[in-house]
Amino acid sequence: MAFKTKLGAARRQSLVSSRTIEYITKSWSYIFLIGLVAYFSLTGQGFFSVRNFSSILTTSTLIMLMSIGQTYVVITAGIDLSIGWTVGLSSVTTARVMRDLAESGNDIAYAMLAGVFAGLLVALIPGLINGLLVARVKVPPFIATLGMFGIVRGAAFLLTDGQQVVRGLSAELREALRGIGNGSLLYYIPDDGFHWFALPADIEPQQLRVVSQLLPYPVIITALVVVVFAFILARTKFGRHTYVIGGSEEAARRSGINVDRHLIIIYVICGFTAGIAGVLHLFRFTAGAPQAGEAALLSSVAAVVIGGTNLFGGEGDIMGAVVGALIIAVLQTGLVILNIDSIWQFIVVGIVIIIAVLVNQLQAALERLQANV
Amino acid sequence: MSDPILTASGMSKHFGGLTAVDDVDFEIYPGEVVALLGDNGAGKSTLIKCISGVYRPDSGRVVFNGEDITSHAPADIRSRGIETIYQDLALAENLDVGANVFLGKEKTRRLFGLIPVTDDNYMRDEASTVLDELDIHIPSLKQRLVNLSGGQRQAVAIARAMYWNAQLVIMDEPTAALGVPEQRKVLALIRSLREGNIPVILISHTMHDVMAVADRMVVMRRGRIVANIPRAEATEELIVRHIVGSAENGESAVMI
Repeated sequence: MAFKTKLGAARRQSLVSSRTIEYITKSWSYIFLIGLVAYFSLTGQGFFSVRNFSSILTTSTLIMLMSIGQTYVVITAGIDLSIGWTVGLSSVTTARVMRDLAESGNDIAYAMLAGVFAGLLVALIPGLINGLLVARVKVPPFIATLGMFGIVRGAAFLLTDGQQVVRGLSAELREALRGIGNGSLLYYIPDDGFHWFALPADIEPQQLRVVSQLLPYPVIITALVVVVFAFILARTKFGRHTYVIGGSEEAARRSGINVDRHLIIIYVICGFTAGIAGVLHLFRFTAGAPQAGEAALLSSVAAVVIGGTNLFGGEGDIMGAVVGALIIAVLQTGLVILNIDSIWQFIVVGIVIIIAVLVNQLQAALERLQANV
Repeated sequence: MSDPILTASGMSKHFGGLTAVDDVDFEIYPGEVVALLGDNGAGKSTLIKCISGVYRPDSGRVVFNGEDITSHAPADIRSRGIETIYQDLALAENLDVGANVFLGKEKTRRLFGLIPVTDDNYMRDEASTVLDELDIHIPSLKQRLVNLSGGQRQAVAIARAMYWNAQLVIMDEPTAALGVPEQRKVLALIRSLREGNIPVILISHTMHDVMAVADRMVVMRRGRIVANIPRAEATEELIVRHIVGSAENGESAVMI
């Protein structure tokens, strides 16, 4: 009897602490991000500054945009390996259309608009083909998108005639691209104040070095994309159906959801957010580069996984991917500021991915445990 | 007795050289629980799939509520009120009870009178109401199904059928994967369907379940119906003899 009571007490106690653990497992990526920022702020010279944070946010946009579409795909238990090159294809296409239109004497604003449009449109093509292959032909997503990885890579390099960048962008065009890609809605100059849209023309060179970009355009654009796709996933019927398909494709079909069409749209969305990333990449670096998103592909998958999205489908959200992308960007910048060889970032990110998967497994085990009490 | 709610007559289905269902006549009346029994390969599942539209019968006619629904699409047959609950239940276990009751037919409301968003509170409340009506208690409706027991999941599948006004429920081995207390709950659910005048076709191997809830036992063997036994005349032994085929030679059985 006494033994039993003891067991009961032990069980109650373990329940209390498991609730704490549950809380930690659910929000660990947020806690980890805050911890990282705190650590680098305390140890790294100049890490804790508006200027640096705005640069980290800008750096993270590439991975973040890619991971938005990737989250949708992974929730349906798929994966899209092709989007790294879709970023490049989109960047290259945008650059070429802008260059050619500007060269043939068109208005530069018109050339840029048409280029953006073309870059976004071309990114939908690999998405559409991926979707058709996965949904209609039943090719496993890994294989279908691996095939597309090669095809899009080849297409991107064909468009640059085998070069590393699209050549021949006029100085005027590059200046216009930089205005948006490296511009900000709001600037802050210490001892001077806030400036909307542009820096004052009479700015001193030494002031230029301390200027903070409070709302860089790439961050604003990415934030808008995040809000729209997070909303669609969390609140709309389309988002709900995405989770249903991830939970049980059979249940989705039997409940009358058009699974094939839904999957095709999701791969198109994945291409689309990669396309936005490609266009933004061109604006930031003023060079259409086929390999613009090559290294970011695995980082985008990592961001999704760190954010708690289950690779087997059915679970995850956009905010998780956003936090995952921020963790990677903070690590990249923080290690550089600490003067640690940036190669270490690969190792650290690798470890974080493994931790993320372990934490998710722990969380699932806890949930089962609590449900059975 | 009133007219049958569903009549299947002269049903046959072949797969290549194999005759899975062979000239079968089957009917079910309002508020009746009919057990469909037979060994593996006897043709039970094929017959059910011919009724629910998954297969097209090679010959025969299915009439439901006075309308010919032979070879209609599964979705159409479902929308007419024939709900089939398969063993896998067709639930999204990563979502909560409300989401599952409204699977594929989510209720939406307009955010700022403009953007349609899923109305999760409404769906949860409605699910809670239908679960109460069926006397099913699930501690937290916010739980994802993966954390519920097998019996509770079965209950959610039945609740969904009820919510969308099923007029005939077909259940394929509903207790196969459950522990004993859970089995009892599912049987109680079948009884409450009957009380609501909703007929149930129950495919089962578990003699105990059949004896506990069925009003009538229909035994299939090699694609044919070999016995049609009212509950009052049924014994486990008699049914088993029909299933294995030893009743036909010699001893009399109640044949209709």
